[in-house]
Amino acid sequence: MTELSNPVPSKPPRSQWLDVWDQFKSHRGALMGGALFLFIILAVYLGPLFWELEATQIDIRARNQGPSWAHPFGTDQLGRDMLARMMAGGATSVSVGLTAMLLALFLGSFIGVMAGFFKKLDGPLMRLTDLFLALPLLPLLLVMMLLFREPLNAAFGPEQGIFILIVISIGVTSWMPTARIVRGDVLALKEREFVMAARSIGTTNSGLITRHILPNVLSPIMVSATLGIATAIITESSLSFLGLGFPPDFPTWGRLLFDATDYLQQHPERVFWPGMAISLTVLSVNYLGDGLRDALDPRIRGR
Amino acid sequence: MLTFTIRRLILAVPTLLFISLVIFLLLELAPGDPMAQVPLTVPAEVKEKMRLALGLGEPMHIRFWKWLVQFFWIEPQVLIDNIFGTGLADGKLRVISWQTRSPVMDIVVQRIPQTLWVVGTAYVVAILIALPIGIYSAYRQYSWFDQMGTFVSMVGFSVPPFFSGVLVIVIFSVQLGWFPSIYDTTHVVDSWDAFVYQLKQMIMPVMVLALQITAQLSRFMRASMLDNLNQDYVRTARAKGLSEYVVVMVHVLRNSMIPVVTVIALGIPSIFGGAIITEQVFKVNGIGQLLIGAIQANDLPMVQTLTFIFAVLIVLFNLIADVLYGILDPRIRYD
Repeated sequence: MTELSNPVPSKPPRSQWLDVWDQFKSHRGALMGGALFLFIILAVYLGPLFWELEATQIDIRARNQGPSWAHPFGTDQLGRDMLARMMAGGATSVSVGLTAMLLALFLGSFIGVMAGFFKKLDGPLMRLTDLFLALPLLPLLLVMMLLFREPLNAAFGPEQGIFILIVISIGVTSWMPTARIVRGDVLALKEREFVMAARSIGTTNSGLITRHILPNVLSPIMVSATLGIATAIITESSLSFLGLGFPPDFPTWGRLLFDATDYLQQHPERVFWPGMAISLTVLSVNYLGDGLRDALDPRIRGR
Repeated sequence: MLTFTIRRLILAVPTLLFISLVIFLLLELAPGDPMAQVPLTVPAEVKEKMRLALGLGEPMHIRFWKWLVQFFWIEPQVLIDNIFGTGLADGKLRVISWQTRSPVMDIVVQRIPQTLWVVGTAYVVAILIALPIGIYSAYRQYSWFDQMGTFVSMVGFSVPPFFSGVLVIVIFSVQLGWFPSIYDTTHVVDSWDAFVYQLKQMIMPVMVLALQITAQLSRFMRASMLDNLNQDYVRTARAKGLSEYVVVMVHVLRNSMIPVVTVIALGIPSIFGGAIITEQVFKVNGIGQLLIGAIQANDLPMVQTLTFIFAVLIVLFNLIADVLYGILDPRIRYD
């Protein structure tokens, strides 16, 4: 008989999230990505509180200025401060990214869990997913922008309407990867002993899903959430760049980049700032997702 | 294998029909009026006749049926006519663009070579760059080359084509003046100088597209090589005394290529979607630009046909990828 080396655990059990954090910390790129993303979010949302120039304030005498202390990023062709416009545009772009990601995530997890958990729904829901995957998404998004812009503008006002339109169209066209991953995981989980045990003591289906299934598929959902933000921001910027996004006086990063291409020869730096902002945000989110994937995978953890 | 292919082909028909219905219904909701450009001096009854001439008078389901007949029955006949010089489609109504009042397919056929030329070259260049990078960074995992490769492909993922495209225009055409910023599709290659010019104008769009494809492909290649490098058969091959080159480039590479080939096939339709933006940046008048122009001009038959062509490409290449997977990997049998 071997003695238990330590019959009474002297340390309190570590929570799962502490382990995840430890693993996450060891991924340097992910840590930097997370910090950068946090910084960008703070800058675009809290920045306007500290920078008193308005994004829409026109000062025609100070137009086309280079970087100075009064205007660190310079001014545009109407004398509007580029830093203020970058922050306002960033707030819109990041909000669109986050909201569209949440919508896609909700749709994707809902359909994935339903398809994985209920055998009857599996066939139809997965065919639906395949159908959506076969749709040409960018052309369809463009068509949706064209068609529903007017009615929604009339109903909610030009800014609110286009925001709702962009978020919904990006959301309903990007839930499919999440649904597939979640379904696969749910299918595997459903056969595990703890689910059978829970069922044997009479747990209802809704209880099983919320208490036992959902917490266990949280990690793939979180990873696809981070990647979803990246795709949503890129899609929104592409739409704005093609001239089918937000209205001209309402800055987003894509729109700023699109407007700046007219002055490419004279003021190339105006293209640089918004493009850099988009790329850095997406890069940081991608690294964050990479790190999360490693940190949430218990097979990698502790190595 | 053959039965699987046939079954998938048959299954693709309802899928495509459903997609075309979705696109049609979406466009049906369009608030735009195709008669908006007609001058106000034209009397109302003439306008009504013009509307009927565009085929707008009939109810929705009849128009959908007509589009289906035109696309799937009359357009193939036109194709046969053009190839063999027959007269099957004489006098039959084709899908007509509202913008130019000429058949949509004729315009598409005019535009496709430009897109194929740029996109195809970009794809080939990307494959040629990505595969060696993927192989080497898997073979030397966590070396500085691998770290660099990871970083570059992350950048390739993150920099959208409308930024990288504009950036290379700023650097190489505005500042340095090496390459033209606008792709001239009327350019004819008939001499050495013309060929050099063609090369110059292709470099930037091809490189912008290739950066994105390379990023994805090299990641896939690396992951797939890593899966195989630790397998038992690799140890066996080494134990037999095979040279390192043969082990990696013959044994491991062959097995790792299976998923990569399918990814290459799957990526082809999405490249057409990505090319929409690149074509817009470099003013290549391919099908992507045609679509944007049609959307802005409210040209519904054109939008419907082009979107459907994209859908056909996606379904077709999904099928090809599945079949390829079955052919290449003997462990996978669909029957």
